[in-house]
Amino acid sequence: MTTTPVKEGATGVQAFHQAELDAGRFLIQRCTDCGKHVYYPRESCPHCGGAALEWKTPSGLGTVHAVTTARRKPAEGGDLNVSLIDLDEGVRLMSRVDNLPPAAVRIGQRVKARVQVKDGRGLVVFDAAEGL
Amino acid sequence: MSDTLNSLRGSAAIAGVATFGCGEAPGFTDMELLARSARAAVADAGLKMSDIDGLCTASASAVMWSMPVIEYLGLNPRYIDGTMIGGSSFIAHLLPAMHAIRSGQCSAVLVCYGSVQRTSTFGRKEVVSLRPFLDPQPYEHPYQPMLPVSAYALAASRHMHQFGTTRAQLADVAVAARAWARLNPEAFMREPLTREDVLGARMVSDPLSVRDCCLVTDGGGAYVLVSAERAKDLPRKPVYVLGNATAVWNRQISSMPDLTVTSASQSGREAYAMAGLSAKDIDVVQLYDAFTINTLLFLEDLGFCPKGEGGRFVADGAIAPGGKLPVNTNGGGLSCVHPGMYGIFALIEAVRQLRGECGERQVPGARTAIAHGNGGMLSSQATAILGTEDAL
Repeated sequence: MTTTPVKEGATGVQAFHQAELDAGRFLIQRCTDCGKHVYYPRESCPHCGGAALEWKTPSGLGTVHAVTTARRKPAEGGDLNVSLIDLDEGVRLMSRVDNLPPAAVRIGQRVKARVQVKDGRGLVVFDAAEGL
Repeated sequence: MSDTLNSLRGSAAIAGVATFGCGEAPGFTDMELLARSARAAVADAGLKMSDIDGLCTASASAVMWSMPVIEYLGLNPRYIDGTMIGGSSFIAHLLPAMHAIRSGQCSAVLVCYGSVQRTSTFGRKEVVSLRPFLDPQPYEHPYQPMLPVSAYALAASRHMHQFGTTRAQLADVAVAARAWARLNPEAFMREPLTREDVLGARMVSDPLSVRDCCLVTDGGGAYVLVSAERAKDLPRKPVYVLGNATAVWNRQISSMPDLTVTSASQSGREAYAMAGLSAKDIDVVQLYDAFTINTLLFLEDLGFCPKGEGGRFVADGAIAPGGKLPVNTNGGGLSCVHPGMYGIFALIEAVRQLRGECGERQVPGARTAIAHGNGGMLSSQATAILGTEDAL
């Protein structure tokens, strides 16, 4: 039988990751057993099943892997870019390219992560960048 | 492939099918469409509801759905499968039910579904607004993708980028579906549709326009599965289950390993292996076309054309009536019916084709069919290979 009580003040990885984002810090995980990076945050490594996941600050650099424009009425906020971004560390996440009009976002474009904090809540967005 | 799986090939047959309320069914509930479909499918099989001792069902909103269905229909099933993996569920229900029939746990399994998402006052829009709370995706929802369409749009963007697939080729999928729907009295949209209509339609999530998206309709569907021996004594021409497999690699589009390769490549490979058949042996093809990109991905992943060639494969009417491969002969989710989850309707159309009861849209002499279901955001894939007695 294995049962471990939750230590006082401990949280799951989702709450920890969000608290870091709220403080302006973007972290991903790396499995020290298999060496692979992991995102979104997990309690165990989806590649090898191990539990030795450490937090790591990524370079923030990535490439647009897939792109769409969600067409919304102006009253609903207008057209919105939704992209899948491959970080240079080898993980993919959903985000948006924030500094370009939605129609200008292209697959293959180099981008850099930025934590946008709004009403105290952090969110990872990306900016298109030249020469990265 | 284990000996057990191989021994299940053709061990069970679909003896009854029915649909009810496809299109618009104002004044009905999900349960009422399900019940009417179930009753008609059981009657089609030449059975009574009291003969049903196995139940498979799923709902996009009620999490304990099998229980109200058992209560409503007055069933006492010894086999219950409420597996819910989205629109593919009703195809994924096949193999476990075959095991249950083979073991003697049950003898007649009813698989049934109903939804009034088009006309209900608490319909698709409301369910979608609740999903972030009931089924959270905290790493996607903050970016406000229009789910599910934006997920499929992302996959389409990648297919276009990697393989040179064009919006016109995607449009040809919708045009072919409509051409089949025009031959099907049960189809919801039967007006002519051209490539230009699709390309000029309102964009929803680039590169997918509203005509690249499936319908939002009401509808119910049901089928009855029995042992092959028993099916021979029932009134309808048996449609044998030759192979079935299910695969899931991800839930969210951002976790899909390769946006251009679905787990249909796995479910298809395993279902073909169980059936001892391959794509070239299949006479009629039913693919879950929630969006036009689905048809391309599944034609590739199920071996009807090489990876990346889907767009070129479907061009110029190749999958339309009179083309080289009959695909989605009822008009599919794009033009026939799509009440939230379409998988059961793909399977029912495959059965009707193999029975030879499809009238104007009948594929002459069809002996084998593939019915492929998709669920979530290209997340779950379930493949069934069906055949007539000649294919056993």
